[in-house]
Amino acid sequence: MKGTRTMDAIKITTPFDDQAVAKLQAGQEVLLSGVVYTARDAAHKRLCALLDKGEGLPVDLRGQVLYFVGPTPAKPGHVIGSAGPTTSYRMDAYSPQLIAQAGLKGMIGKGGRGQNVIDAMVKHKCVYFAATGGAAALIAQRIVSCEVVCYPDLGPEAIHRLVVVDFPLIVATDAAGRDLYRLEARS
Amino acid sequence: MRTIERSTLVDAVAALCLKAAYDLPADALAALERGLERESTARGQSFIRQCIENAAIASRERVPICQDTGFAVFFVRLGEDVRVAGLAEAIAEGTARGYQEGYLRKSIVADPLFERRNTGDNTPPVIHVELVPGDKLHILLAPKGGGSENMSALKMLPPSAGRQGVVDFVVDTVVKAGGNPCPPTVVGVGLGGTFEKVACLAKKALCRRIGEPNPNPAYAELEREILGKLNASGVGPQGLGGDVTSLAVHVEQHPCHIASLPVAVNLNCHAARHAEVEL
Repeated sequence: MKGTRTMDAIKITTPFDDQAVAKLQAGQEVLLSGVVYTARDAAHKRLCALLDKGEGLPVDLRGQVLYFVGPTPAKPGHVIGSAGPTTSYRMDAYSPQLIAQAGLKGMIGKGGRGQNVIDAMVKHKCVYFAATGGAAALIAQRIVSCEVVCYPDLGPEAIHRLVVVDFPLIVATDAAGRDLYRLEARS
Repeated sequence: MRTIERSTLVDAVAALCLKAAYDLPADALAALERGLERESTARGQSFIRQCIENAAIASRERVPICQDTGFAVFFVRLGEDVRVAGLAEAIAEGTARGYQEGYLRKSIVADPLFERRNTGDNTPPVIHVELVPGDKLHILLAPKGGGSENMSALKMLPPSAGRQGVVDFVVDTVVKAGGNPCPPTVVGVGLGGTFEKVACLAKKALCRRIGEPNPNPAYAELEREILGKLNASGVGPQGLGGDVTSLAVHVEQHPCHIASLPVAVNLNCHAARHAEVEL
């Protein structure tokens, strides 16, 4: 992809285990391939409500990666519409529970995370990637399949199962708690 | 009295929705290119290049620049000698049609607090109407994404806060926003007026051609000073460090009460979308 440095990017594949997560370090560029699930505020709220009631989730998140995105509708002949990341802090109220109780191992979004999320990531081994906010048409070209798996009533906020190939990301916050959004982690 | 057909207006508004979503305006693209020249970090350069490449893909393939195709915000200048039957309804109808036909995301919920059910057609739009002399109808659409809108802020400063108070509030707002509003941002600043007026001024400031200075030299200098501080803050493209936190700072001022110094900061992401038409 023009405009993306791929020389030193590491290729990684979902799902993740603790070992794969531990290898990733804040600041690394990666090209992610495999299945990722989409979820935004409304879907997170429903998933956490199920966990609160002790019920199972409609999608098994063990070892999985959630991409915070609400895509535009696909044009005829397209897999998906434009699909860039949404702002992640809005999921901060929910992410720790999904990490601790549902086995979530990765998240993709944009912008920094709260300390509550970082603490959960360190404790349970989870990684947070930054995708390029606003590069939605470019990112869509790396998505090869898209299907709604649950909550179709939420429209763009439904949970979709995506298959991505070489999705360009940066490890923003690693499982050791190093956070690229804080100045001291950038050196 | 000149009359504009309702269908003409609906068609024009629908076309504006598509154009704004697919085509990054020339001023926004030029601002990104200037930003790329100024940015010294490899990561920051890479992000800005992706934004430029993304704009090219969106325009070529007729797909949205960003998945957040926004709240449809219209600035309407209505000539006093022109008549349009059902102006607001026609703009809403054009919005619904544009967002449907253009495969744009519907991002509006009917109730903000309780049900939050999607209206399904991205209506209602926000419409600001200004009466002006003449028989023309000018419509500017500035679709507004939620990520940058959420980082906006307003403060009723005391007059004693002065210039420094304004600079500090704007810089603090943008730096605290970090990577959330998709920097490099365009920063709209409203100064003066009342509580509601200053917010509108900040939004209107975002519609100015990017980088065009305020015609008043004192305010133009204020814009330069704030931009310099933002770009020295280290926030950088995407909030991950670098030299280009913001592409421009636009200040719009207005007379205000002897007791007040209202200041509002409305942020726009690097995809500073707008499209306009005159009927």
